[in-house]
Amino acid sequence: MVHSLFLVEAISVQNWTYILVGVTFALYIGIAIWSRAGSTREFYVAGGGVSPLANGMATAADWMSAASFISMAGIISFAGYDGAVYLMGWTGGYVLLALLLAPYLRKFGKFTVPDFIGDRYYSKTARIVAVFCALIVSFTYVAGQMRGVGIVFSRFLEVDINTGVILGMLIVLFYAVLGGMKGITYTQVAQYCVLIFAFMVPAIFISLQMTGNPVPQLGFGSQLADGSGTYLLDKLDGLSTELGFAEYTQGSKSLIDVFAITLALMVGTAGLPHVIVRFFTVKNVKDARKSAGIALLLIVILYTTAPAVSVFARTNLIETVSNKEYANVPEWFKKWETTGLIVFDDKNNDGLIQYVANKDQNELTVDNDIMVLANPEIAKLPNWVIALVAAGGLAAALSTAAGLLLVISSSVSHDLIKKIINPKISEKGELIAARLSAVGAVCVAGYFGINPPGFVAAVVALAFGLAAASFFPAIILGIFYKKMNKEGAIAGMVVGIVSMLFYMMKYKLGWFDEVLPDKSEWWFGISPEGFGSIAMILNFVVSITIMKFTPEPPKNVQAMVEKIRIPSGATKATGH
Amino acid sequence: MTKQEKATAYWKENIKYLFILLTIWFLVSYGAGILFKDALDTIKIGGFKLGFWFAQQGSMYVFVVLIFVYVRLMNKLDKKYGYGA
Repeated sequence: MVHSLFLVEAISVQNWTYILVGVTFALYIGIAIWSRAGSTREFYVAGGGVSPLANGMATAADWMSAASFISMAGIISFAGYDGAVYLMGWTGGYVLLALLLAPYLRKFGKFTVPDFIGDRYYSKTARIVAVFCALIVSFTYVAGQMRGVGIVFSRFLEVDINTGVILGMLIVLFYAVLGGMKGITYTQVAQYCVLIFAFMVPAIFISLQMTGNPVPQLGFGSQLADGSGTYLLDKLDGLSTELGFAEYTQGSKSLIDVFAITLALMVGTAGLPHVIVRFFTVKNVKDARKSAGIALLLIVILYTTAPAVSVFARTNLIETVSNKEYANVPEWFKKWETTGLIVFDDKNNDGLIQYVANKDQNELTVDNDIMVLANPEIAKLPNWVIALVAAGGLAAALSTAAGLLLVISSSVSHDLIKKIINPKISEKGELIAARLSAVGAVCVAGYFGINPPGFVAAVVALAFGLAAASFFPAIILGIFYKKMNKEGAIAGMVVGIVSMLFYMMKYKLGWFDEVLPDKSEWWFGISPEGFGSIAMILNFVVSITIMKFTPEPPKNVQAMVEKIRIPSGATKATGH
Repeated sequence: MTKQEKATAYWKENIKYLFILLTIWFLVSYGAGILFKDALDTIKIGGFKLGFWFAQQGSMYVFVVLIFVYVRLMNKLDKKYGYGA
């Protein structure tokens, strides 16, 4: 007994990482082989008989990407109160999804989001516009995931980032191509378990260490464990102002921008095709509602822990490095310095680390991602916990990438080939086309992962704005406004996505000016991240205005809308 | 009730539920977490300023509860109108 315990202590972080990553990958591959897809129905919607719990878990894993797992707590750590836009934005969207979209789309009972748009607006043009929007949204999003896979590999296993991306591609290729939605769903169930365990274990350890409370959600509002009677948040507010930063619980964004970003993220979440399509996989309308609730519950476990981790990590970081001698910094500091994620520049040559808000005096630059990746090391947790974070990060990135790839491949094989180019294609032929387009999509995603165009990282966050500006209004109006016609919907989607793309290119990428325009030039003081809400409103206004001047939709379409409003009699999802 | 009347009545009740639930959704996030954050921050519960707590914790708990309340309400409504099958 003593012997084996000793053995556990002796295994290095890197070997632990190989063991944990190896075991989880073997598990994913095993599941993929067991759940091969034999028909297009299995490939697109997992056969349509997934239980609400399994679908909830899969949705949660699909939803929580490398950004949620690796970056979010770090971003909040440095943004303080402002970080709430991500927390509320990325969870509040599920309320919209559960109440306004999922039940009706499930009742509609087809395979994809463009399917709904195409049928509801009785128009091939509408379908093509929807396919185009789905591809833009999904590609901007998936490139970031492959990059995330590469980064985790390179930091923990010391392989080259590109080798990491290729390894990730091969794994996703294997189970997405073989299993389609069916394979993806059951691997995502496993990935949810891996990622939530990997996120919670270090958080609970650190919460105990700092506050004596094992529940991180309560811990960060508790008193410090040192017996001083000071509340952790008060202490962090104090430390922040001492160093010249804004008070942690205050933040620095304007009210209108916080409002706009939160709205864009919420509506964008509800409009993301890879999330919506998950609700096509359950048995009936009742299960669709229930599984949205389960999905959000499972997501909120991580999302309410993240702001606690942010507070623990920020406090720990300040206490460990601020005004300490560089020569005596702990080992993790040196290790992460070699990756370039921590940079120390001794501007006044006093050998001490000055970490302050003033840019001219500040000597320490810390990357967002480090707050989760290095947190277990900073808190001196055991090696296996440190390695667990790598397995969790990979689970988060791979599960999201797979979900997105499925949307891309079904957009091509089902919406373009089957519905537009060659309607006579056989079931077998369509399945082959679906698999081939999945292969193609993985290759394109991998290419962007290896050669990220400079703007990918900046654009990923805007995928939400694009979804908010295009799909959300078209789907909502399609369900709740019987008289909405194709002219209105198409014009709305086009205006929405074009205005969002324009604002993004002008104010985020700076393509139209010599230099990136300053914040003061933003319309109504709203950042590109928040502009999705304005573009969404534009979409609604244009749709309704155009509708008033054009013929109303045919009787059979209006009858269809009445039918999807009633939950009973949902048929199995079908392509015909 | 004819089939058509039944469907219309069901839809009306559904919309009423949506309106109530989404009002709460708006109040806890945009209200308590953003617009009235500063006022609520003057109240402190444990180490949490209340506005900050709503923005980074409370609103998310309410979201989860809202969906499960919706599920219950709709299951009952489906039964009432015989759409439960």
